Amino acid sequence: MTTNAAVLDRGGMDATEVGMGVYNMKLGMWVFLLSEVMFFTSLIGSYIILRAAHPEMFAQPGEVLAVNLTAFNTFLLICSSVTMVLAFAAIERGDQAKLKMWLVFTALIGMGFLGVQVYEYIELSSHGFVPSVEGYEAAGAPLYGSTFYTMTGFHGFHVFVGVLALWYLVIQAFRGKYTANDHGAVEITGLYWHFVDLVWIILFTIVYLI
Amino acid sequence: MATTMTEAHAHGAHADDHELSFVRKYVFSTDHKIIGIQFLFMSLFFLMVGGLLAAIMRWQLAYPTDPAHPLPGGGLFPETMVNAGIILPEFYNSAVTMHGTIMIFFAIMPLLVGVFANYLIPLQIGAPDMAFPKLNMASFWTALPAGLIMLAGFFVEGGHSGAGWTQYAPLSADPEWTGVYAGQQLWLISMIILGFSSLMGAVNYITTVINMRAPGMTWFRLPLPTWALFITAILILLAIPVLTGALIMLLFDQTIGTTFFAAATGGEPLLWQHMFWFFGHPEVYILILPAMGFVSEIIAAGSRKPVFGYNAMVLAIIGIAFIGWLVWGHHMFQSGMNPTLGVSFMVTTMIIAVPSAIKVFNWMGTMWRGDLHFHTPMLHAVTFVAMFVIGGLSGVFVASTPVDIFLHDTYFVVAHLHYVLFGGSLFAIFGAIAFWYPKMFGRMMNPTLGKVHFWLTLLFFNLVFFPMHNLGIAGMMRRIYDFTQYEFLAPFQGLQIFISWSAFLLIASQGIFAFNFLYSLFKGERAPQNPWHANSLEWTAAPSPPPHGNFAGTPRVYRGPYEYSHPEGPADFWPQNEPGPVAPAPEPVPAE
Amino acid sequence: MGWLPEAVSTFADQIDGIFYLILAITGVIFVAVEAGLLYFAIKYRHREGRKAYHTHGNTRVEVVWTAIPAVLVVLIGVLSVPPWLEIRSPDRIPDGAYVVDMMASQFEWNASYVGPDGQMGTDDDVTQRNQLHIPVGRPVVVTLRSEDVIHSFFLPEFRVKQDAVPGMETPVWFQATRTGEFTLACAELCGTGHTRMGGRVIVHSAEDFDAWLLAEGAGPPLEARLASTNDQP
Repeated sequence: MTTNAAVLDRGGMDATEVGMGVYNMKLGMWVFLLSEVMFFTSLIGSYIILRAAHPEMFAQPGEVLAVNLTAFNTFLLICSSVTMVLAFAAIERGDQAKLKMWLVFTALIGMGFLGVQVYEYIELSSHGFVPSVEGYEAAGAPLYGSTFYTMTGFHGFHVFVGVLALWYLVIQAFRGKYTANDHGAVEITGLYWHFVDLVWIILFTIVYLI
Repeated sequence: MATTMTEAHAHGAHADDHELSFVRKYVFSTDHKIIGIQFLFMSLFFLMVGGLLAAIMRWQLAYPTDPAHPLPGGGLFPETMVNAGIILPEFYNSAVTMHGTIMIFFAIMPLLVGVFANYLIPLQIGAPDMAFPKLNMASFWTALPAGLIMLAGFFVEGGHSGAGWTQYAPLSADPEWTGVYAGQQLWLISMIILGFSSLMGAVNYITTVINMRAPGMTWFRLPLPTWALFITAILILLAIPVLTGALIMLLFDQTIGTTFFAAATGGEPLLWQHMFWFFGHPEVYILILPAMGFVSEIIAAGSRKPVFGYNAMVLAIIGIAFIGWLVWGHHMFQSGMNPTLGVSFMVTTMIIAVPSAIKVFNWMGTMWRGDLHFHTPMLHAVTFVAMFVIGGLSGVFVASTPVDIFLHDTYFVVAHLHYVLFGGSLFAIFGAIAFWYPKMFGRMMNPTLGKVHFWLTLLFFNLVFFPMHNLGIAGMMRRIYDFTQYEFLAPFQGLQIFISWSAFLLIASQGIFAFNFLYSLFKGERAPQNPWHANSLEWTAAPSPPPHGNFAGTPRVYRGPYEYSHPEGPADFWPQNEPGPVAPAPEPVPAE
Repeated sequence: MGWLPEAVSTFADQIDGIFYLILAITGVIFVAVEAGLLYFAIKYRHREGRKAYHTHGNTRVEVVWTAIPAVLVVLIGVLSVPPWLEIRSPDRIPDGAYVVDMMASQFEWNASYVGPDGQMGTDDDVTQRNQLHIPVGRPVVVTLRSEDVIHSFFLPEFRVKQDAVPGMETPVWFQATRTGEFTLACAELCGTGHTRMGGRVIVHSAEDFDAWLLAEGAGPPLEARLASTNDQP
């Protein structure tokens, strides 16, 4: 049995029981990710419905969007999930050095993904592919721009938040805050990061390939 | 024993209490009980604002643009809202919109969830606090700014949103149609921020109930308020993000020129309705399920009897929550949606009446052959059943698609929704506040004032809302600024005046509750640990009010929460954490 | 006071019939539940020495009070389907129904009738504000459109209501059973002028309707119009 003080300090987790250290946080992250599923479903679902209702207002893959560049970007993001897994595996066995290294790589790749996205946005909008009705000059119709920028923009925002979290982890890792027995924050950030990656794969398929 | 505990300095977890400043202890607190009480004060304030807006609406409906009856206090409003005592149509539409918005999102929902999920869950499951206390604090400190942003909309040029709390596009999507600019955006931003607050809460409640139950607290020993709040939290978790998506799309249409809902440029107005109601229908179950949980608790305690059919009650809660995802189209029967879809939504809507009926009969079963103590909470809880039945039965009318052709968007729906939200949820809230007030504040609310408030509210509530069934059956439309312009409605002015004055008396009667609530904080009779002789852990294992950390040691649970009047025990209650086969000796019954 | 308006359409009685059925069923349940609650409140109120009967429930009674409401709501649902489909299904719109185009906007109704060329949507159409003229005893189909926001076409006495959505053309059909003047109202909040979006429905006898059309410069006589509208989409 735990004392109240120990239970309070760790937000309900018992420090002496291995694995319980992340139990609340991990469950909390899974629960949160469920809500994110609903959020992205609402945006992507709307896109599907609008496109089915007005196919002529959208363009074929590749007509407006840079599929190859984005495919590469997808590959980048998948790589960053791999580096995240490696970071987690490292701290599971107590390897501080590798933890820091792989975390930094993950954050950098994440920033790279965002950079490519920003570049793509600039390119697209300079060719008249914008989210608004005003100034829309690309193939398809403004509805295409509205849906594209909203979906990818919010995904990008989630990547951005993930990158911030990763840098926070890096700072904490350099302070030696994580051990083999206590690295919940790394695990749950990993969960979040993989989720964001998964959403991107779905988004990329639906928006860029179909 | 209990009276010396009111200062809440039990041994154990909170040795650092003395070091916490006033701000850390009462303002930026991570204690679920303080956060619950913060939500309580915030929500009661917004309940008053919502009531004031209703009064303005009712004045207009009694005396539509009648110079002989200027709005009392009309001079306090700017001329863009009230001109020479005449409420302007723009302001009337805003009042309609904001009455709904504030009551649903800033009064009822936080009263049910922000207050009681926070306050009760850890106590009822035997935990020292929520799984994520800091996230909990963030949840309140996100909700309050959202509320202030919502109020700010009244003070900007163009006034507040006037598109109804349902914000149907394109009316809501383009300022051209309403003349409202910043107010509409503030509405959307406020709602998006409030959504984050709700989500933070939901993550906390779900994780806490799953992970932090005390030893022996199995799922089917949970008190029904916790069950109801847990299921409600799942609804919030899954429904709010869909609303957020829709709000973002609407905000973008309004600000950056996207075209999700603008028909002329390929948008789909009906997409807004589908997204809104896909959230909106689970939302109304969010607004009733916790109330049902509280009512079960209070009726069992007040009847000195176990809840009749506890398992069925749990299954009914889950059933209502699950089927609630499949009925949203019943708000859209007349929208131009495919009629075949209408049939399938009618079917699911009819089905969802069944678990609600089960609950009503089980509450009656709980009272049957009980030993009924009609203290203030019990009066409210039993009345919930009586009023909810009316609201539920009126729902059957509008569930039938052909009948809905006539009744949709009439005052019949207004009657229906107020019987469930006020007759149901708000009565349950008044009962729950009276019930758990002693635990929260260590004092009892005054029982006489409580009963006077109850009877006046019951009377005037019915005088206001029952006749609205008739107005709807006569065909009176909703959200109508001046019904006298219609020959078939003009004869109802007498009834409108009657309803309005009943409403003013209803609102005035709430002053008794407000006075009782505030006065009792300082002058209420000191509360014992367990004034209602209830069984759940908040009463049996924690003082009134409980200290930081709640319990002196982790409680252990031996039975369900409703072992009242057990034949083996000399007392008529048997606490969950009391070991052994025989119930403890009886304590003096409270005077009420 | 405060009851259903006079019914003046062919399907109004079906709608009212289901309304009364539901009223009867819910009325009985309402009285039973409220009386039961009151009875229990009085009979089982606390008295000195009273002890509650300890029971956790009864499965058989649960099944009964689950089954009965289920049967009742299914009954109501099943009975509701035929009138609903007859009123709403696009393929149930009677052949030869007289077509009126109704454009809703902030804040008026504009009804358009075919001109002498017998075609809707041409320059010779006749348009009038806030009034709808129709013949008695003949099916009429109103094509609802909106210029701006969502409005709702509500004819209380006819038991007709249908939203007019921008970007959509929604047909709504009905048939008047007597001549006279009736109410047209907007039933969906559409802005600050929502309250004044009222109008009149004038139901003419067949001959009077012909005469009215001629006087307004609208299309050919009724019989010919019926023949030509058979070809309209």
